[in-house]
Amino acid sequence: MNPAIGEPRWLRWLLCLLALAVLGVVMLLPLAAVFTEALRRGLPPALAALADPDALAAVRLTLLVAAVAVPVNTLGGIAAAWAIAKFEFRGKRLLVTLIDLPFSVSPVISGLVWVLLFGAQGWFGPWLQARGIEIVFALPGLVLATIFVTFPFVARTLIPLMQAQGRAEEEAAATLGASGWQIFRRVTLPNIRWALLSGVLLCNARAMGEFGAVSVVSGHVRGETNTMPLHVEILYNEYQFVGAFAVAALLALLALVTLGAKALLERLGGRRLAGA
Amino acid sequence: MRHPLPGLGLALGITWLWLGLVVLVPLAALVIRPWELGPAGVWAVVTEPRVLAALRLSFGAALLAALVDMPIGLLIAWVVVRYRFPGRRLLDAAVDLPFALPTAVAGLALTALYAPNGWLGAPLAALGVKVAFTPLGVAVALAFVGLPFVVRSVEPVLRDLARDAEEAAATLGATRGQTLWRVVLPALGLALASGVALAFARAVGEYGSVIFIAGNMPMVSEIAPLLIVVQLEQFDYAAAAAIGLAMLGLSFLLLLGFNLLQRRLRRGLA
Amino acid sequence: MSIEIAGLTRRYAEVAALDAVDLSIRDGEFIALLGPSGSGKTTLLRALAGLEFPDAGSLHVHGRDLARVPARERGIGFVFQHYALFRHMTVFENVAFGLRIRPRRDRPGGAEITARVQRLLELVQIPELARRYPDQISGGQRQRVALARALAIEPRLLLLDEPFGALDAKVRKELRVWLRQLHDRLGITSIFVTHDQDEALDLADRVAVMRAGRVVQFDTPETLLARPADAHVAGFLGEAVRLPCTLADGQARFAALPPLAVETSLPDGPALAFLRPVDLAAEPAGGDAPGNATVVSARHDGRGLRLTVLLEGTVLDATPAAGWAAPARGEPCRVRPLAARLFPA
Repeated sequence: MNPAIGEPRWLRWLLCLLALAVLGVVMLLPLAAVFTEALRRGLPPALAALADPDALAAVRLTLLVAAVAVPVNTLGGIAAAWAIAKFEFRGKRLLVTLIDLPFSVSPVISGLVWVLLFGAQGWFGPWLQARGIEIVFALPGLVLATIFVTFPFVARTLIPLMQAQGRAEEEAAATLGASGWQIFRRVTLPNIRWALLSGVLLCNARAMGEFGAVSVVSGHVRGETNTMPLHVEILYNEYQFVGAFAVAALLALLALVTLGAKALLERLGGRRLAGA
Repeated sequence: MRHPLPGLGLALGITWLWLGLVVLVPLAALVIRPWELGPAGVWAVVTEPRVLAALRLSFGAALLAALVDMPIGLLIAWVVVRYRFPGRRLLDAAVDLPFALPTAVAGLALTALYAPNGWLGAPLAALGVKVAFTPLGVAVALAFVGLPFVVRSVEPVLRDLARDAEEAAATLGATRGQTLWRVVLPALGLALASGVALAFARAVGEYGSVIFIAGNMPMVSEIAPLLIVVQLEQFDYAAAAAIGLAMLGLSFLLLLGFNLLQRRLRRGLA
Repeated sequence: MSIEIAGLTRRYAEVAALDAVDLSIRDGEFIALLGPSGSGKTTLLRALAGLEFPDAGSLHVHGRDLARVPARERGIGFVFQHYALFRHMTVFENVAFGLRIRPRRDRPGGAEITARVQRLLELVQIPELARRYPDQISGGQRQRVALARALAIEPRLLLLDEPFGALDAKVRKELRVWLRQLHDRLGITSIFVTHDQDEALDLADRVAVMRAGRVVQFDTPETLLARPADAHVAGFLGEAVRLPCTLADGQARFAALPPLAVETSLPDGPALAFLRPVDLAAEPAGGDAPGNATVVSARHDGRGLRLTVLLEGTVLDATPAAGWAAPARGEPCRVRPLAARLFPA
């Protein structure tokens, strides 16, 4: 450390300890509480709670919702990032602002808007009802709300990276005779793959963990329209604490795996970038 | 205008379709539907004492949480960027936990922790401080979800901050304290402020991590998003939309004012 | 004529990056686009490659109008200023790219591709680097890879954007000689952009001098130096100093120099004179006559002794008169003009 601009040794250590203490209390203690509560009566009851048919149905539904929402937002995110990073066009700043919009909207509102459109008294509700199509309080509503909430993740991860990489490689590929798809597939995609994966992971973590938005459109029918976070709430409200915390612990594990994978991807991507 | 690289038309087409169907049309419903009640009706809904109390709690607690996150976030960003110590990588990775942890899980965890018989709630209760099921609990949960925004806003700027400005200050005879106060902090000011704004914006609308710890007592610890849910359960769509619109409008005004402030700050720096 | 550019115009907002450019280039020529930054030379090159679309004008290569044809269908090789190598591909794959992406019916077989890439790497003298990645080789080597990659599609026209801009002085000189030899061997019509007049004058068959989106003169290096079209070209080329003067009675009269006898078609009155270092002779002298100056520095520049003198507040480069072996700093001298190029003021 440069002696001219460093802090005294004791102060450095004090600050580090303080930061680690904050980390312990703010981040790790809640996590520990989840796992402790889940295992309060040992492992078997926790596992039994996860093997409960309603819990399994919730897991299946969560996976299904994410399996639709994540690809949709990945495709849209890539298209948006490609347009914004590689081209100049009118309305670009507006587009960037609009893409960020879902981040600044309350999750509850993200669910509410779909009820306003497709609910029993929604704009299209009666029309849909007459034809027996269910959106709100059914799977399509869960998917739509999840897409709304996780909308910006992929685009937000890709745009800064693709802007930093510029468009010279794409132009070089064009002069060599490559078509648009060939340019994307062979030049752009390999350069963004780690960031893309990282964005997809974050999008997926949020899609599986979303609570507020899906809570509004779910209808809370056990075994049918309950995702895992909603199942946690129901169990908790019914004072089935071990079960609630067991499912919560499973979700927490998902979050931890996501964070670990993201850190790993950042190192992979960082190494390639640093080498280039 | 023509573009040398292919694919803009397709990419923009997909983007606007995606944006329009998934974000713009639904938000249009939010903006339009409250007016079914008429201006007076909307006003009546949002000035109902229970709604006002909820808005006050949501915005007040979010502001308090964001302000608490400011020094903590600065501290964490500082030690992660500037110092090498055991646990640094863990600290850096753990900062993102509130981003990745499902909000319902966070809410459950914080409730278990701060409940009167919890690990932190019990000692605090002995001191006479009640956290869970009070407005204070709401602020704690919001501070939790907002912290990464402050850290991640400050961190890159701090990392890019040229050390030679600090060295120059030192050669000019500034003490370390003076250097930090007059050279480093002003350079971080904008990033810190925008991090606080992001934390605030996120906290205002937060739902999952709050409703478990809040206790949800009307007029006391009931947040505005919960009132939307309550209205929806009574199938009063227009009232629910009115509260949602009021929340968005208030956030928008606050962030707009904040941006203007930021711009003046930036001009002052330039 | 091989390449015919007529009235090519490109505007950004209100600024014309290219302002009705006309240019005719013969088959097999080696052409330099020379000009300061912002003169439009890179825009012209990119318009030729199809990386910019002109707002007006035509662009014929071998009789076909390419102005509206996308880059991928032009078959024009382009070497980017910072090479734009595909960073995730080896050198071999970079060069093979243009062949691999061809539609199946035009695509050479695997063995054929390998052989052609090998030949190209040998041509640019880096066969040993085939398996390296762009971040594992030097700047000069990247330049050769970029060239091999552009040549792989067998272009009818090769464009190079500041081909030596990012290299250090020694590598730059080597590559310059090598590139000229390569051009003479392959005979591909080539156009390169540079802001370095030495590079343009040394290397090119003809040089297009550009300013403010226009080609102000397009000639061989000899003609450019001997008969610059206007004061701007004269000032941009060589190391001439620009001095105002007055023409009268077949003489150019300067403020601080002895008069110079000139033959010119310009009318009497104020004019601009351009004097190269070889046009100014300095001899040891004292006193207070016109042309009296002080030596600021003396140095050898490879071609001979070069003096920098201070003449009434103006710094000039001059050549010492024969026999003045060792001018010293601070020594008084007298400067006399031997020749000058004159332009209207």
